[in-house]
Amino acid sequence: MNINNKTSQSAGIKITNNWFAILVSLLFLLFPLVIKNNYFIDVAFFFGIYTLLGLSLNIVLGEVGLFDLGHMGFAAIGAYTTAILNTSFGIPIFVLLPISAIAAAIFAYLVTSPIIHLRGDYLCIVTIGMGEIVRLTLINNPFGITGGPNGVFGIDFPSIGNLLIIDNSVKFYYFIWVAVGLTVLALIHLQDSRIGRAWNCIREDIIAAEASGIDVRYYKLLAFVLGAALAGVAGSIYASKLMIVSPESFSFMESCMLFCIVLIGGMGSIPGIFIGAAAISLFPEIFQTFAQYRMLIFGAALVLMMMFRPGGVWPRKRGKLSTESMLIKAGKSEI
Amino acid sequence: MSLVIEQLLNGLTIGSFYALIALGYSMVYGVMKLINFAHGDLFALGSYLGYTLLVMGTAYVTSILGIWGGMIAAMLVAAIGSGVMGLLVERIAYRPIYPTGRLPAVVSALGVSIFLQNAIMVVWGARPQAYTSDVIPSNILTIGGLRINILQIIILFLSFLLMGILYYIIQKTTFGAAIRACALDRETAALMGININLIIFFIFALGPALGGTAGVMVGVYYRRISFIMGWNYGLKAFTATILGGIGNIPGAMIGGLILGVLEMLGSTYISTPYKDVFVFLVLILVLIFRPRGILGEKVAEKV
Repeated sequence: MNINNKTSQSAGIKITNNWFAILVSLLFLLFPLVIKNNYFIDVAFFFGIYTLLGLSLNIVLGEVGLFDLGHMGFAAIGAYTTAILNTSFGIPIFVLLPISAIAAAIFAYLVTSPIIHLRGDYLCIVTIGMGEIVRLTLINNPFGITGGPNGVFGIDFPSIGNLLIIDNSVKFYYFIWVAVGLTVLALIHLQDSRIGRAWNCIREDIIAAEASGIDVRYYKLLAFVLGAALAGVAGSIYASKLMIVSPESFSFMESCMLFCIVLIGGMGSIPGIFIGAAAISLFPEIFQTFAQYRMLIFGAALVLMMMFRPGGVWPRKRGKLSTESMLIKAGKSEI
Repeated sequence: MSLVIEQLLNGLTIGSFYALIALGYSMVYGVMKLINFAHGDLFALGSYLGYTLLVMGTAYVTSILGIWGGMIAAMLVAAIGSGVMGLLVERIAYRPIYPTGRLPAVVSALGVSIFLQNAIMVVWGARPQAYTSDVIPSNILTIGGLRINILQIIILFLSFLLMGILYYIIQKTTFGAAIRACALDRETAALMGININLIIFFIFALGPALGGTAGVMVGVYYRRISFIMGWNYGLKAFTATILGGIGNIPGAMIGGLILGVLEMLGSTYISTPYKDVFVFLVLILVLIFRPRGILGEKVAEKV
């Protein structure tokens, strides 16, 4: 089946979508030029980090429906790979970016392959355990390389010789959002591909997927490996921005926040991830005047949110290949 | 040898805390198929309620009821407080969300957990609080070189008593059979004339009540309580639930006790800083080789 074969009807929708995407991209591009305040640019940077992490969890949770409540563990592996290799051997950050991704991916492959057959809540609890093991191990300073509870500090700025040195808020802002932009482009193509459809099929009905010849184990592992690699990249960028990594940045609470990002936005919906990440990262800033009440409000908001929009703010529209649209077509032909 | 027995006793004590909390997780999961993330914070709430009654009343309750009576009164207040809060949480945050699916309910539970945790912080302050020594009974008993705290024995006795009562209700009475029927298949149970709402009321009141009681026990045993302790104990107790077999009442008790003993033995004989790593490693190994837990029954897959 040729997936590039677009009908004229959907082409119309595609163009409006593109206009919207271009508008949003322009907004992000111009933001630091209009807002000169470094504080707001830093807030926008962390919005970007959460978006990247949300996109990475979205592959596992949103596309394949695997409950992963230990996703920060993968980001921790990426961040610590960057931190340790940079501070000990002086390897530049840009070289470490792919290395961190690969390290997180290998780690994900090793730990998830024995547990990949677990379903639903069992997978959820194992991933919690995995995330906690990573964090506790980092605290315990194995072989004296992770620096214990204090973490590793003195990480360099990302640079390519003297050509490009990312050393201020604005440059970091563009660094993260370019990474997010590239990731979004890749993920949109992935969603429409054979892999994306196999993932969604597994999410909707795993038994049907197995029966139609989808290698469920392979595709689930692929989701974990890709998701972990992306989280590793996010961790690496995070480490170079803060110049310090410590275990408490990768707690169970943070993993729960990522879970909330995906669910607030809508499972498997890329625009939804932006909304979810905005909610998680901007909410505490907006409600700063309420000081100690802000997380109280946040908890209540999560509950209300699920009450009124259980599918998320921007739920994923099912593609033209879904059964829904086929049924509608069939219904029309009868009339 | 005396070290082994002492550590075993310590392990059982911690294990009984885990078991009491795990019962709440297991009952709710059994009937609702929902991981009640707020349960750990209901446990913390119980601990703070006990603290309020015992310490903030400048030992007034203790002076009337005596040191043991004060402790029991604190447990009762904590149980009632946590139980009522559990019911409120179910009515406000879970009931409207059940029909829309399981994942929104999980997020709602996380929301409630964050809410409760921060509510505790706002009310009682962010700094850790301490159960002061004037409200805590502590008589050390020495039997043949063994130093045993009587408080520990009382805690063990009370938690085993509570678990025993619950075990009797769930396994031996008609009402218990109704709960087990709901856990197996809620729709069919409803068709058989079982009042589902009554069962939900019962599990959401009793689970947090047991958790709240455990909260006071942790308070008097460790003396130091903090508003984030709900996460730590909740996570461990949930691990215990899975270890024993989720949705299985005796499984939760045994899982909790095993977890406590493993933790203590791990910290004594392997390494103290790595004791939690050891606990989660055991959990993962159990899940790999016996995913249904120690006592869980094999569930046929529904197509």
